[in-house]
Amino acid sequence: MRTLLVLFLAFLKLGAFTFGGGYAMIPEIKATVVEKYHWLTDDEILEVIAIAESTPGPMAINMATFVGYKIKGFFGSLVATLSVSLPSFIIIFVISLFLQQFLALEYVTYAFVGINAAVAILIIFAGLDMIKKMKKTLLPVTLMILTLGLSILFDVLDIPFSAIYYILIGGFIGILLSLYRYHVTKKNKAILLEGLLEEEN
Amino acid sequence: MIYLLLLLEFMKIGVFTFGGGYAMIPIVKETVLTHNWMSESEFYDFIGVCESTPGPIAVNIATYVGSTQGGILGSIVATIGIILPSFIIILLIASILKHFLKNKYVQGFLSGIKPVVLGLILSAGITLFLKNIGYENSTTFHISYASLICFGILLLIMIIWRYGFKKKMNTVVFILLSAAIGIGVCALMKYGFGLSIQ
Repeated sequence: MRTLLVLFLAFLKLGAFTFGGGYAMIPEIKATVVEKYHWLTDDEILEVIAIAESTPGPMAINMATFVGYKIKGFFGSLVATLSVSLPSFIIIFVISLFLQQFLALEYVTYAFVGINAAVAILIIFAGLDMIKKMKKTLLPVTLMILTLGLSILFDVLDIPFSAIYYILIGGFIGILLSLYRYHVTKKNKAILLEGLLEEEN
Repeated sequence: MIYLLLLLEFMKIGVFTFGGGYAMIPIVKETVLTHNWMSESEFYDFIGVCESTPGPIAVNIATYVGSTQGGILGSIVATIGIILPSFIIILLIASILKHFLKNKYVQGFLSGIKPVVLGLILSAGITLFLKNIGYENSTTFHISYASLICFGILLLIMIIWRYGFKKKMNTVVFILLSAAIGIGVCALMKYGFGLSIQ
């Protein structure tokens, strides 16, 4: 029970003070879970991050659920997930009550001319940072450029094409490629083996 | 039945957003626009609000749309909707499907998704830039000089900060700065030079 309470407070704090979503939360969650409370080891937290990145849904939620489960099973995951979402839920709910009136104020519309430009810059630089870390082989680069080009084109021409389709097509191509690679390595192994047998004979 | 619709639509977003943060912008945008839950400009304004409040953007949008469409109950239902798929998937992986992510087909699927998500993120940024500076559709383009000037100033600050000082820009500071620059540029254009904003 005590662990659950500490877990609740720790994730409440993480939810309240990390701005900028999932990736911004990684160093904070490490400091709390590994260094402060010794709930998980360095290796375990790296596994949590890797899995949170490759499963759907907000990263902060994925990490909270996983860490909570590792510490205290199902109830741990429930407590961590709810407490990490609670601060932003309360803040945004309050904002939602007056945002539209607020956005109608003259100087607020001026502020948002600047803010919208800043958001575009933040998104583009986040993308550029991700390109740096990307594997630069033919297929990922082609997929990235095709998606970028097509989605801008469709958006500009108001042609509806759901982002979900891009993701499903990308995933499908990825599966085909892994099948092909598997097939090729199996074939190569077979050829190699045949060669070895012939040499022996 | 608005509550059921909110729950299902946000669950769908929860299932199809890989990579978190900006990666969910295109899917959330098409969902809220299709149902007329938000206008496009309101959506982008709200992303700006999300940048300066804590918590995941996807959860913030769920709470906001839920609240404007269905009050407190709506916001609870929508927030649960966006959390639930993650919660279930992670629980399954942590408990019984420990090797699920090591499966070669799952690996293949993920390796195909990553570059697509990256393309979608960059396109979201570039589209937002185009809409900001006045692009409406293939026949209407009223250039917004106020927006263009703000964009130029902010880009310069970002580049100097990143490549000159080699520091990471704090998002909240950058948003607050951009609000001040927006007010300064627009007020100067309107009251200083008597130009209209837009």
